[in-house]
Amino acid sequence: MEDKSNDILDEVTGSEYKYGFYTDVEMEQAPKGLTEDTIRFISAKKNEPEFMLDIRLKAFRHWQTLKEPRWAHVKYQPIDYQDIIYYSAPLKKPKLESLNEVDPELLETFEKLGIPLQEQKMLAGVAVDAVMDSVSVATTFRSTLAEKGVIFCSFSEAVREYPELIKKYMGTVVPYTDNFFAALNTAVFSDGSFVFIPKGVRCPLELSTYFRINAANTGQFERTLIVAEEGSYVSYMEGCTAPIRDENQLHAAIVEIIAHKDSEVKYATVQNWWPGDKNGKGGVYNFVTKRGICEGENSKISWTQVETGSAITWKYPSLILRGDNSTGEFYSVAVTNNHQQADTGTKMIHLGKNTRSTIISKGISAGFSNNSYRGLVKTTRRAENARNFSQCDSLLLGDKCGAHTFPYIEVGNKSSIVEHEATTSKISEDQLFYCLQRGIDMESAIGLIVNGYAKEVLSKLPMEFAVEAQKLLSISLEGSVG
Amino acid sequence: MLSIKDLSVSINGKTILDGFNLEIKAGEVHAIMGPNGTGKSTLASVIAGREMFDVDRGEITYRGQNLFDMAPEIRAREGIFLGFQYPVEIPGVSMASFMRTAINEKRKHLGLDPMSGAEFLKLMEEKKKLVEIHSKLTNRSVNEGFSGGEKKKNEIFQMALLEPRLAILDETDSGLDIDALKVVANGVNKLRSPENATIIITHYQRLLDFIIPDYVHVLFDGRIVKSGDKSLALELESKGYEWVKKEANMAAAH
Repeated sequence: MEDKSNDILDEVTGSEYKYGFYTDVEMEQAPKGLTEDTIRFISAKKNEPEFMLDIRLKAFRHWQTLKEPRWAHVKYQPIDYQDIIYYSAPLKKPKLESLNEVDPELLETFEKLGIPLQEQKMLAGVAVDAVMDSVSVATTFRSTLAEKGVIFCSFSEAVREYPELIKKYMGTVVPYTDNFFAALNTAVFSDGSFVFIPKGVRCPLELSTYFRINAANTGQFERTLIVAEEGSYVSYMEGCTAPIRDENQLHAAIVEIIAHKDSEVKYATVQNWWPGDKNGKGGVYNFVTKRGICEGENSKISWTQVETGSAITWKYPSLILRGDNSTGEFYSVAVTNNHQQADTGTKMIHLGKNTRSTIISKGISAGFSNNSYRGLVKTTRRAENARNFSQCDSLLLGDKCGAHTFPYIEVGNKSSIVEHEATTSKISEDQLFYCLQRGIDMESAIGLIVNGYAKEVLSKLPMEFAVEAQKLLSISLEGSVG
Repeated sequence: MLSIKDLSVSINGKTILDGFNLEIKAGEVHAIMGPNGTGKSTLASVIAGREMFDVDRGEITYRGQNLFDMAPEIRAREGIFLGFQYPVEIPGVSMASFMRTAINEKRKHLGLDPMSGAEFLKLMEEKKKLVEIHSKLTNRSVNEGFSGGEKKKNEIFQMALLEPRLAILDETDSGLDIDALKVVANGVNKLRSPENATIIITHYQRLLDFIIPDYVHVLFDGRIVKSGDKSLALELESKGYEWVKKEANMAAAH
């Protein structure tokens, strides 16, 4: 719709973090700190089979040998990993036949978040697997999906119900040896989503998961695994909001995507975790490893992300293009305001012949924030006729913020064509005055201009997600001028 | 409607308007003419509320209110419209989206409910005809890739949508061919009413062949040195600005 942004801008009021409320649901949690006992506790709580405990322990032992990486262009106080609660679950965990059985307080939380979990969602044709803290609480549309053989469930459930699939695919794209945070996640991951689309199936619904951090001092360690078998298609969305918290919250997720021959996976995310207050106090630390592999010929994976939250973001959704003629896409809008720091980008590793990748990155910096794009495009010797196009744009609001670009290009094959374009711009006085003269106030004008700037990426999001994303962009930049 | 008394304006210490006076009543069309660099566009910017100028002296009242107490966006919502000499491009923001935001901001200010999408589309269709605009133009981003003529037409289109009480057209005729000029003039004439007023800032008199002004003022050295009716514009056309300059200098010498 043409007029989406207007409706959105109308709603923009107040400049405090909009989703800063706290839900008091009874918790059952692990003691603070991280030892083998903690891991055994988590595994036992989740009734996991032996193989999963083994993986967790291996990862934990490996993690103990690692040092936290410090190469990203972000600054923060050292994290005390023994001062974190690694498991927390809502106590009531019924097997739900209908939403009436869900804790009313929890439903209220979803309402406040504007998640139309109930009728609206069904009408919209979206199945929702809502994850509150560590345990999946509500799931809808299972039967529609089941008819097609699509599996869409919480990761813990998949570990119990589909251990063979988990054993086959988990850790194949992001092994626990990959990096410090990947090892940590593998050791203590709480929950997440599992998606399996069988051969030749076009998933009839947009799959959507809302994650939410909701317990004080609890790190959240999701784990998502998406497998698309030959000739299948799925569009998956993930969005997040978090309540206001004084202490920093550690978040280290892993997302793995495997696309087999002729399959296509679209992954979209809107991330709006608490960025900390205006003085840079608090906020979520977001250290994420997201990686997909185009395993088969003609397969395609696209990442679309809108990042507005977190005090610190460290995130590079990447793609390994192994299958010949496979395609990778990365569309990103990253907004930083106040004292937020983001170091984000992508890696496109071209292994197969005729592989193509596209990178469109739009950074927006305001306040005292720092926004970095870090990207790698690599073509290997075997990757005949690999092509990449990268476009990295930065938009600055004010003169106290920073925009940085760290592009790395490694070309291993003479037939490669790698293009990189970059621009840095500021919102001009003339543009702002033009809007003011039409009766549009400064905040709304910035909202309009920024949404226009990010349009190329926003248009890649599923419709209803695009609306949410536009809202977030405007809200995130409130108070950034004046 | 608009009363400007003894207005002096400078930019970076350089005086541009110097003891400027003007009275405009509802229903009137005033043309302000003058050589380049005499402060015509500055006048338009100051009325619209651009902050880059320093108002050193004088006052402007708009419908009984001190204009300098009103923020630029409030002035706009209260009915002041500036047709820009150089309309700026806003990439990625569609004209429809932009104008719907503008209209609804104004409606909110006036205590009205926002216009629905359907109502807005209808209004837009209606106004497009007024300025003979191609339907595609409104789907494009604000002024992005528009030709000079399209940009100027687009200003009049926005004016038609916002129905201002006081419209200031800053060199709207510059760079227009005769057909586009007629379209623009036609649009302005259709929007004329006993309730609203228009200030036309122009360098040439040819626009005034199509929009007949009630008053013509000649701006020189930051103030109005001569006022008259439409015939003054014609006189200027034949005698040139040198004639007015000479008169002004002679008056100053006395």
